[in-house]
Amino acid sequence: MTDHAPEPTPAIELRGIVKRFPGVVANDGVNLTVLPGTIHAIVGENGSGKSTLMKTLYGAHRPDEGDIVLGGETVSFKSPRDAIARGIGMVFQHFMLADNLTVWENIVLGHEPGSAALLNRREARRSLRELGFRYGLRIDPEDYVSELGVGDKQRVEILKVLYRGARIVILDEPTAVLVPQEVNELFASLRKLTAEGVTIIFISHKLDEVLAVADAITVIREGRTVGEVRPGDVTARDLAQMMVGRELPRPVPRTDRPSEEVALMLDDVSVAGVSDKAALDHVSIRVHKGEVVGVAGVEGNGQTELLDAIMGLRPLLSGSIELTHHRLDSMSTRERRDAGIGYIPEDRQKDGVVLAAPLWENVMLGHQDSKPFSVRGFVDRIAARKQTRRIITDYDVRTPSTDVAAIALSGGNQQKLIVGREMTAGPAVLIAAHPTRGVDVGAQAAIWDYIRSARTNGLAVLLISADLEELLALSDTLLVMLRGCVVATLDPAKVTIGELGAYMTGAASGGEAA
Amino acid sequence: MKRIGTGLVAPAIAVGVAVVVSSLALLLSGHSAIAAFRAMADYVTTTDSLVTILNKGAPLYVVSLGVAIGFKMKLFNIGADGQYRLGALIAAASAPAFSLPRPVHIVAIMLIAMVAGGAWAAIPGVLKVARGVNEVVSTIMLNFIATGLSAYLLATYFRNRRVVDGIETKSVPKSGLLPSLNGFVENFGIHLRRNTTLQGFLPVAIAAGILFYVIVSRTRFGYDLRMTGLNPAAARSSGVNSSAMIIRTIILSGALAGLAAMGFLLTDYNKYSDGFPLGLAFTGIGVALLGRNHPGGIAVAAFVWASIEQASGGLLNERIPTEISKILQGTLLISAVVSFEIVRRRNLTKSIKQAAAQSHATLSPAGATS
Repeated sequence: MTDHAPEPTPAIELRGIVKRFPGVVANDGVNLTVLPGTIHAIVGENGSGKSTLMKTLYGAHRPDEGDIVLGGETVSFKSPRDAIARGIGMVFQHFMLADNLTVWENIVLGHEPGSAALLNRREARRSLRELGFRYGLRIDPEDYVSELGVGDKQRVEILKVLYRGARIVILDEPTAVLVPQEVNELFASLRKLTAEGVTIIFISHKLDEVLAVADAITVIREGRTVGEVRPGDVTARDLAQMMVGRELPRPVPRTDRPSEEVALMLDDVSVAGVSDKAALDHVSIRVHKGEVVGVAGVEGNGQTELLDAIMGLRPLLSGSIELTHHRLDSMSTRERRDAGIGYIPEDRQKDGVVLAAPLWENVMLGHQDSKPFSVRGFVDRIAARKQTRRIITDYDVRTPSTDVAAIALSGGNQQKLIVGREMTAGPAVLIAAHPTRGVDVGAQAAIWDYIRSARTNGLAVLLISADLEELLALSDTLLVMLRGCVVATLDPAKVTIGELGAYMTGAASGGEAA
Repeated sequence: MKRIGTGLVAPAIAVGVAVVVSSLALLLSGHSAIAAFRAMADYVTTTDSLVTILNKGAPLYVVSLGVAIGFKMKLFNIGADGQYRLGALIAAASAPAFSLPRPVHIVAIMLIAMVAGGAWAAIPGVLKVARGVNEVVSTIMLNFIATGLSAYLLATYFRNRRVVDGIETKSVPKSGLLPSLNGFVENFGIHLRRNTTLQGFLPVAIAAGILFYVIVSRTRFGYDLRMTGLNPAAARSSGVNSSAMIIRTIILSGALAGLAAMGFLLTDYNKYSDGFPLGLAFTGIGVALLGRNHPGGIAVAAFVWASIEQASGGLLNERIPTEISKILQGTLLISAVVSFEIVRRRNLTKSIKQAAAQSHATLSPAGATS
């Protein structure tokens, strides 16, 4: 954008949007101007009102005040159907695809070409190929969705909204599920889309990515627009500060050293995979007291099996696991937990919380037979609620009470509850998978601080994460997993993100930089 | 108070729908709905009817508790019928074999019935854990086996040979029978007619209900059970041994089915014969659903169910087909399940909104200070 070019009519203009929910103002005068053919990022903490705003734009609910102006024309949406009719499409974080159908079947579903009785397959496939070619979203329409990777599935989702005639595409946290290479591919596709005149709204809290891809950034905090900036004018730190409204704590370089005492030892551990190939292939890991060992790797390279092996959820083919010199091999999951293993699972909604149960019951989960939660086989509800209130306060879990079902909380708040629960139990070893996945910047910093201070007090942490920044910020030692093996042991102080990526994809090998 | 108020919305809708549907059925078959309901109401509100309802409702309640404890863990024990049968038969056959002072004898017979029912239920439990056999299929099939097995055992080893005109076991000795509660209720000024007996199984059923509540809602075992039902993967990650939980729960379920049979064996039936009341095990599945697997809810459901059953007697006098009571029960069950689900979803949406509001609300004051 140059200064003397005439300002084009904005594709979208939101003027003074106010949206109230009982007892709260979710959007309190939000202004947003998105120029056609640009990538416009919206950043803000969880709960800052970005989702509410996007739902307003997508017609999921109506604003209490303010105007939605599309291409200079004020509109009013009664439902997403109206928004779709006006060329607005939304790609949700969780894919909504039928696995047992092919790509083209998924895309035309609900908007099939041909007559009511006959589906024009040839036409469907032809128009899809054309669409994919035009926007650089190459994918074989005949492939089954179940065979596609995450990146491909996302492309299908984008094609789906384009097929329905969207000229404005809203992407909700699109990179959350992607590996670095896929992120780059996505960004290339987005550029091609904007070159074709499509307008993109990109919701994220990964600031580096926002800076890399967006043409303009609107920051939202507490339901209000904080400002609009150009990526060239700001750094990630500036953005984070605008989002949070305060200084971010700078990572303090570590002064103390981890102890020499081994807290968790995996020796030559193998776990069977689906095929002949072992999912975990003779892995040996040592975590000392007061040490954070980070495990980097593209998801699906044995991390899940590693977690299961340590927690006793999957049998070992070979090797042994020791917790402060006690063999865990023959122990049940319950005994391992009682022996002092804290566990933050990979998939919080599947393994970490019971969505239908109240928060106080979720806080007991994994600690149900130890104090204060149960005494002689009976549940102590009063103590459990008290402990829950403590975790809610200490870990800033935003909830109306200890008795609401976990499903009522946002993902970030569920995660804070899990982290709080595991840290409060005072474990000897913490097995943490993606401890800050889905939580906002402020909470992420707080969780990191909790892990750091627990580590200083002697906690041994095995940290599995897809967030390289997190791994570099916390780890004392960094391992890289590839195809079930530990392929590199690196010093996080010396390694760069580029090098890490190379080990993770197998482009480099044999790192012993530590 | 407010919670109880909203809790009553769903049952109220269900009752309304059931009444409307059965009224339509009555009108279509050319009968007056008002006359029918009045006849039912008149018949059911007598003391005699109330006693019958309690006598029949108590075993139904216990068998429903057994089904419900399985449901709590998403374990569908459809085999309560077989567990009930074998519990009744084996308890009946072994009761005359020993003589003990009264309370001990009663407890011993009840324990035998529970062990028998529990052991039969353990089979699908072991099959599920060891071989992954779906318990719905195995329990249904074991019902047929239990039917055949109990008929065989009754006709051979357990048959009282002195009785020539019927196939039955020996009678349970007097020391093993539950005393009637007529004398007890007399203390409260309720005088029952001489041929009307309020059976002594009612306190057993109440105790079972209280124990159910304590175990499921207050113990760690109950916690593990509920969490396994709500999210098996999370329960496993938390250290719950799911195999052990399946076996324990299904045995408890079967033991309750066996115990339920004592409501007849140790009262007015006092022996197992081919005339022993059966079929309430299947009814128990519906009653557990209607009572939402909660001991209080099931108590109401069992009472309502038995009441409708009893009320159909009033229809006979009016020459209205008694099947109308089945229509009433059936529509009540279906509309209750549907309206519970609708209310549950509405409450869920509400609490999600509340939590979201909280998320913003606590954010604002913190932001105001910065």
